[in-house]
Amino acid sequence: MSDIKNLTDLNVKEAVAALTSGQVSSRELTEAFLGRISAHEADIHAFITTTPEMALEMADAADSKRIQVKKENTAVPPLLGLPMAIKDVLCVDGVRATCGSKILEHFKPPFNATVVEKLLNAGIVVLGKTNTDEFAMGSSTENSAYGVTHNPWDVDRVPGGSSGGSAAAVTAKFSPAALGTDTGGSVRQPASFCGVTGIKPTYGRVSRYGLIAYGSSLDTVGVLARTAEDVETIFRLTAGFDERDATTIDMPVADIACREGVDIKGLRVGVPKEYFIEGIQPEVEQSVRAAIETFRELGAEIVDISLPHTEYALPVYYLIAPAEASANLARYDGVRFGLRASDENMMQMFTESRGVGFGPEVKRRIMLGTYALSAGYYDAYYGQAQKVRTLIKADFDSVFAKVDAIAAPVAPTAAFKIGGHGDDPLAMYLEDVFTLPANLAGVPGLAFPAGFDSDGLPIGMQLMGKHFNEETLFKLTHVFQQHTDWHLKTPAL
Amino acid sequence: MSLTLEEVEHISLLARLDLSTEEKQRYQQQLSDILDYVAQLQKLDTGDILPTSSVLPPRSRLRADAPKEGLSTKRALENAPDLEADQFKVPLVLE
Repeated sequence: MSDIKNLTDLNVKEAVAALTSGQVSSRELTEAFLGRISAHEADIHAFITTTPEMALEMADAADSKRIQVKKENTAVPPLLGLPMAIKDVLCVDGVRATCGSKILEHFKPPFNATVVEKLLNAGIVVLGKTNTDEFAMGSSTENSAYGVTHNPWDVDRVPGGSSGGSAAAVTAKFSPAALGTDTGGSVRQPASFCGVTGIKPTYGRVSRYGLIAYGSSLDTVGVLARTAEDVETIFRLTAGFDERDATTIDMPVADIACREGVDIKGLRVGVPKEYFIEGIQPEVEQSVRAAIETFRELGAEIVDISLPHTEYALPVYYLIAPAEASANLARYDGVRFGLRASDENMMQMFTESRGVGFGPEVKRRIMLGTYALSAGYYDAYYGQAQKVRTLIKADFDSVFAKVDAIAAPVAPTAAFKIGGHGDDPLAMYLEDVFTLPANLAGVPGLAFPAGFDSDGLPIGMQLMGKHFNEETLFKLTHVFQQHTDWHLKTPAL
Repeated sequence: MSLTLEEVEHISLLARLDLSTEEKQRYQQQLSDILDYVAQLQKLDTGDILPTSSVLPPRSRLRADAPKEGLSTKRALENAPDLEADQFKVPLVLE
């Protein structure tokens, strides 16, 4: 048995080291995380589906594989035996993928998402599928058809969303890391609300094959864990060209940024005035500004910048994303998979299956997107939004000619109360105001803890970078985490 | 921008979404509010601006035109709501 006191305290790096040295087996580690999930999942509800039998089989296979590679003196897969959680919008062969929706309640994908395939090849053990807003549409996981996830820092509050289950699982130490997805902030905002580190990669960096599509010009697959170093390790394994996703680009991933002796001296960090607006919680602004000061002390050069079209990101996103969603979700028609609510005739099969299967927010966005794309309104809504998107992207292009990264808050507030936004979609959409621009411009963003408010809730900040330059974001965050301990704090369950 | 109930019904038909009367009324109000909010985009002059077609640098890539094994019929049909003779079965399309 392992002499490590609390196996679930291990982060990715520590767990991999303990597995490598033989201090712990994958079975012991997996049993420890499954045990912690059993003990606290009723309070948190981070998962839609847990896969304990499969996880233990995978763990035993990983332990056998370790003996085998030692004997044969072959390469050890980098994450061999490491337990991980997967957001329930990504396909794992044979494990039901609900997308947080009743329409996919019994859907078991017959293939793995490319990111899942890559991580399985790297040796991970799948603990389960994490909760999400239905089809990743939301900022709180309150839109899940399987119940809300509770923020482990305060169970009366949301964990953020849509990757709220993944963020809660990491901060609750149900898993050392989790996969998430980010279409408008769905990795970064829950990372911020739960006090963990999470990357939204450059658009085109990580394959979306096997990610159940929401907004295809915006969707990205990211990683949540407790340190930038852990996030980078997993991110690098998921990145790269995939012939099954035509938007992926064959661009080499940089060398490991989170390493000893890395230096951020001279890196130019821009602070956009449009991200420090009225209505932002004062403690959020204070924490982010203090963190920026820390970057200055660590050698970065701080530059005031402007991204003048920031205020339009929200209306642009809430036209483009629903428009793309209305097209992507047309596939749920009751024919090949998912719910079929009626066999009466074709039309009734379509309308009833969709009417019964989709929840209120998904219906709202399908309606909005359908309207924005419909005859007579296309140019005024969708067309105009795509033009303004060009202006938003141009803001980033011109700023990135002058700076290496942009520092900003992730969300205007810390985690809000469950039910706090009632049935007011616009109030909920405002949660995304600082995260949407990176998706519209396709640039990478990295969120990490930068403080706590007076209620003891974590406050996150984000760094945004140039296309295909996640490296600089990891470097800055790694150095920050070497000098601060916000990321080491975890909630008592 | 205020949507009429008829417009809401028209959109729901285009979207193949069965909505209850209560849902139609709620979406009529909520979609009108959202459309009012996004109308702020109309005030921007975008005369010379090209719409974004992709945030990625333009490129084109072709794969080798070689046959590969795909999903088997059996696996492709695993999630079918109804099937017959290895095919998806649906209600009568044409009378």
